[in-house]
Amino acid sequence: MFSRAYSAVIHGIDGLIVSVEADVSDGLPLFEMVGLLNSEVKEARERVRIALKNSGYMFPPKRITVNLSPADIRKEGTAFDLPVAVAILTAFGHVLEDNLKDTLIIGELSLNGTIKKVNGVLPLVYAARQRGFLRCVVPKENADEGAVVSGIKVYGAGTLKEAVQMLNGFDDYKPNSVDIGMLFQGGHSEDGLSDENVDFSDVAGQAAVKRAIEIAVSGMHNILMIGPPGSGKTMLAKRIPTIMPELSFDESMEISKIYSIAGLLGNRALITGRPFRSPHHSITSTALVGGGVTPKPGEISLAHLGVLFLDELPEFNKNTLEVLRQPLEEKAVTISRLNATYRYPAGFMMVASMNPCSCGYYPDRNRCNCSLNMIKRYLGKISKPLLDRFDICIEAPQIDYKELQIKKMEETSADIRKRVQAARRIQMDRYAGQGIWFNSQLTPKSIHKYCRLDAREKNLLEQAFEKMKLSARAYHRIIKVARTIADLDSSERITVRHISEAICYRSIDGKYWGGEGL
Amino acid sequence: MASTGAVRGYKMNTDGMQELYKYWAGTIPGLKADKITAMIDRFGGIEDAFYASEKALEDMAKKCGEEGIRFTERELKAIIQGRNFDAIKRNLEYLKEHGIKYVTMLDDSYPYKLRNIYDPPFLLYFKGMMFPSDKKAISIVGARNCSVYGMETARYLAGALAREGIIIISGLARGIDSHAHIGALSADGTTYGIMGCGIDICYPPENINLYMDMQQNGGIISEYGPGINPLPYHFPMRNRIISGLSDGIAVIEAKEKSGSLITVDLGLEQGRNIYAVPGRITDKLSAGCNNLIKMGAKMVTSPQDILEDLVDYAKVLRTDSESGQIKLAGLLDSREQAVYDAIGLTPVHVEELALLTGFELGELMEHLISLELKDLICQPVNSRYTRKL
Repeated sequence: MFSRAYSAVIHGIDGLIVSVEADVSDGLPLFEMVGLLNSEVKEARERVRIALKNSGYMFPPKRITVNLSPADIRKEGTAFDLPVAVAILTAFGHVLEDNLKDTLIIGELSLNGTIKKVNGVLPLVYAARQRGFLRCVVPKENADEGAVVSGIKVYGAGTLKEAVQMLNGFDDYKPNSVDIGMLFQGGHSEDGLSDENVDFSDVAGQAAVKRAIEIAVSGMHNILMIGPPGSGKTMLAKRIPTIMPELSFDESMEISKIYSIAGLLGNRALITGRPFRSPHHSITSTALVGGGVTPKPGEISLAHLGVLFLDELPEFNKNTLEVLRQPLEEKAVTISRLNATYRYPAGFMMVASMNPCSCGYYPDRNRCNCSLNMIKRYLGKISKPLLDRFDICIEAPQIDYKELQIKKMEETSADIRKRVQAARRIQMDRYAGQGIWFNSQLTPKSIHKYCRLDAREKNLLEQAFEKMKLSARAYHRIIKVARTIADLDSSERITVRHISEAICYRSIDGKYWGGEGL
Repeated sequence: MASTGAVRGYKMNTDGMQELYKYWAGTIPGLKADKITAMIDRFGGIEDAFYASEKALEDMAKKCGEEGIRFTERELKAIIQGRNFDAIKRNLEYLKEHGIKYVTMLDDSYPYKLRNIYDPPFLLYFKGMMFPSDKKAISIVGARNCSVYGMETARYLAGALAREGIIIISGLARGIDSHAHIGALSADGTTYGIMGCGIDICYPPENINLYMDMQQNGGIISEYGPGINPLPYHFPMRNRIISGLSDGIAVIEAKEKSGSLITVDLGLEQGRNIYAVPGRITDKLSAGCNNLIKMGAKMVTSPQDILEDLVDYAKVLRTDSESGQIKLAGLLDSREQAVYDAIGLTPVHVEELALLTGFELGELMEHLISLELKDLICQPVNSRYTRKL
């Protein structure tokens, strides 16, 4: 007796359909599973046997062989328990074989026969629709997540028994459905995890930093904030997602797929807010970019289309930070293993904060007694190439008590978001069909095309280039930022004022840090 | 003494021999100038002192002891052991090879002002140009971890004084010292750095460029020979040379308890003028300076305050027109001027500037860049600006 069910495995951020074949024949009693299995998949044998028994099915002493194909792809995760059980039951004749043909089955079994939730349901269901499956049977707890994918029926099953009944007659069951419109309306969670109600108007003062952040978000420029402890750097960073344009459905799907694989979706069906990831500085490079024996997405992928906030930048391990350089350029990270190469998206905006020196108060000499050498050493913890990736660099000044007391009407995130959206739209129109979306993605060649400068502006840049000993990279950075400032201004032309402001945001140069020369 | 006999066997011209004796006298470890001169006086010449027998030296020590200058056993031993012809010759050749010169109290070129201080060094090493005794000199001292205000003031004062032909002396340390030297060099003036370590060692090492540049326009001076490490007790000692070589001591930034104040104390003993640059009363780094002013040091608010004590009054008047403010005439439009006026010598953040001037950030930044390109202001820390003097 032979039967075949279908399941899927995560490969990178996509699902790959796997057929689960079971054969029951006479011979010495044996239950064997083959097909390049990870240990957790091999262990399915015990779970399946006992779950079958506890669900009231006989497990006759036969020679049972289960094959997961294609056999050259490593199978991992616990989602194969249910399809294996179903394939065996089908071979024994408990399930109608016809229904298995167009059904994707995923789920982990508990010994008593209940189906437990698994990671990565969204990309798996998505892959099933892509391959033309009609329906999916997923764990009940994952049903909402799977139902987000349109064009495929998703059934949530609570127990193995229920799943079997379902497969024998889908007509008696209703596929799960979610109202995507409702999902997007219900409260925007900034970091996709917490539902704190945060808004830019919470931050008193800091007009210059807010302006810099607005520019950074508009053009997706990476931004570095420097300032003494308690000046509000972290507070400001946390509010950046609130001024980013709202997620479109496609963007939301992209992010949710990653979160689904990482098992971070929780009870939600979709991530509807911009991600905000703030890893602690003790993070390893693998955790940051992703990896592991069986690769998992790292923080930079979890921050895709959102913000990666590196608080206390110099405290990060130097080597950990260096691995960011390539993903920052590529907007994706490629992890190669012997068996396969995985590619995770990483189109994040990098926001970092740091103190100006180890005590944090330079240049306030009443509080800071750091020698210039100490300051340089502190700054030297960040490599020049990484520093070069920050288009905008701004100091957050200490807020004095008076400013905190005055109840000024600060701009709300919604107001700022409107301007950001307008600037983004200008960029989108300009770069339509070019494969780029933001000013920060401009290459030196395309800068020439999209950022025409008049004589006066050229002259200013030339002077600044000479005087401030700018590097070629810094030069391009200034033009890109100036382009964004002009877009915020709805100005087609880049003017002297735009360039001046961009020069003001130029990144720190170790040589000039703490006084010229020397 | 066998070695003395061997020494007599050398043939050398008298000048060369004289140099050798002087160098010997100047490098006897632990022997101070007063004892060296007493010894030479006793023997009626340096040559006789060099060849004196041990018995004669002991007699000399006894006689000097009666006059209150006591030689210890160890010092006598050092005098005797130092008379190693080969070693002295080797050392002199080493100095020559490395371009290190020296001057002793027996030479006419020994800085005149230094002769009259308490405990002058008998021998001074120097690199670069000989210290001119006939010129006026000001030493500029201050904190190592100085503020931007201190840096700018040090450069400005040093530059303005050096332009008037006044020698700028300092200790080549981090902070104020370095900036005083830089200021003098950028004004094409003469500047001398007094080291607390061997003449051939650049300490702190990051000042190596300054150390080299100063030898073209002034020099490096130390009482310590090649290879001697910078030890903590050397620095108070070199301070007496800093104050001794100068006509006045200007303190730019000093905390309440600062090494710069040691230089001031030594300077007072030596009868030098003391100048202090005032600061805000809340600034820790100016507490020392403000105290000095309270105690009667001359307050310096412009280079003229120092110049009027050193050069002809007529000259001082002329330099008045060269002060920092005048060069702006016609350079700035009214809006730029407004921004410039809001910027002082303490770094001020763009946001504060926006509040002070009332300009919108975009416009403000346009003026800031324009001012920066005109070299009137600089950005010592990100997003913060100070005036350049």
